[in-house]
Amino acid sequence: MKKPVLFLAVVAISLQSFSGSPYKAGDYATDFNLKNLDGKMVSLSQYEDAKGFIVVFSCNVCPVVIKYEDRIKELHQEYSSKGYPVVAINSNDPSVSPGDSYEAMKKHAKNNGYKFEYLYDESQDVAKTYGATNTPHVYLLSKNAGKLKVEYVGAIDNNADNGAAADKKYVVDALNKLIKGEQPSVTATKAVGCGIKWKKA
Amino acid sequence: MKNYSFIIIAFVFLTLIAEPANGQNFSQIRMTDLEKILSAKEDKLLVVNFWATWCPPCVKELPHFQKVAKEYNKEKVLFLLVSIDFPSQIDSHLRPFLKKNNVALDVALMMDTDQNEWIDKVDPSWQGNIPVTLMLNNVKKTRKFHSGDLDETELRNMINSLL
Repeated sequence: MKKPVLFLAVVAISLQSFSGSPYKAGDYATDFNLKNLDGKMVSLSQYEDAKGFIVVFSCNVCPVVIKYEDRIKELHQEYSSKGYPVVAINSNDPSVSPGDSYEAMKKHAKNNGYKFEYLYDESQDVAKTYGATNTPHVYLLSKNAGKLKVEYVGAIDNNADNGAAADKKYVVDALNKLIKGEQPSVTATKAVGCGIKWKKA
Repeated sequence: MKNYSFIIIAFVFLTLIAEPANGQNFSQIRMTDLEKILSAKEDKLLVVNFWATWCPPCVKELPHFQKVAKEYNKEKVLFLLVSIDFPSQIDSHLRPFLKKNNVALDVALMMDTDQNEWIDKVDPSWQGNIPVTLMLNNVKKTRKFHSGDLDETELRNMINSLL
């Protein structure tokens, strides 16, 4: 009788450590090592001069991502020189979402003139570790004593349909605070997005 | 772009005013409207599906809602499809979709784009992914929230478990 119980306990513990709980502001994020579009492995630790990162769980086909495409590019353009580059990650399983394959990512980045890294989370481990559920889903990180502190999790702004009409620019506001050495005032938001397409069990 | 967005806003405002004239089962709502619907003290099961025409799993499960809805008395089980389509795509996407797919269920387009203000009011566990389905009866004080799409059997079972 003892063995099954022990077995279940081990399974329960390993499941817990695997999925963890979604990152929220104040947590420390784990670095990753993911393949970029040139086939090179990229980690956040390689960005020696960065003060932090705008990590965006993204993809090629989600209509909400497409709505935000220009705004994501603008974030990189505006904030990479200030120390906060965009790092986009596609975690969708291409067998569930065929338009999100690695080859399709290359085409998508080229067609859209991406100037930031667009990484392939083939195992989906990074999305699971971070607790990402949707695209686009932003994790704003700052380098803090050699660690990656989560500063904000959520939407880019409060109007997916029309960026010009957005009157709460969560990520921009949080970045501007960080650059001034202050804490972001809003650290978590929710928005409708496309669910990340998980591998079928 | 800024000039265009003003035109879009003006256009949406106009369609809002003109709405009662041309939609039978299509309405445009705000969070306050949805809160009223979700808090109605009526002894019937309210089945609220949050979806969008741009969401493939939502589109896939829609026929199940259309089919299963016919199996229940409207006095006992009331279906509402809350669309999270982009308000700028009402005429280009949403209306043609409803027509093409003969959607006879009530459809309410959520016009409040500040989603962070209302997602938690639907259900605090909702992360903003769609589709999700909320079922509740405020008189019987029963409630279930399902994240992800449902097949026909799952939908029927979820309803029956609350009747």
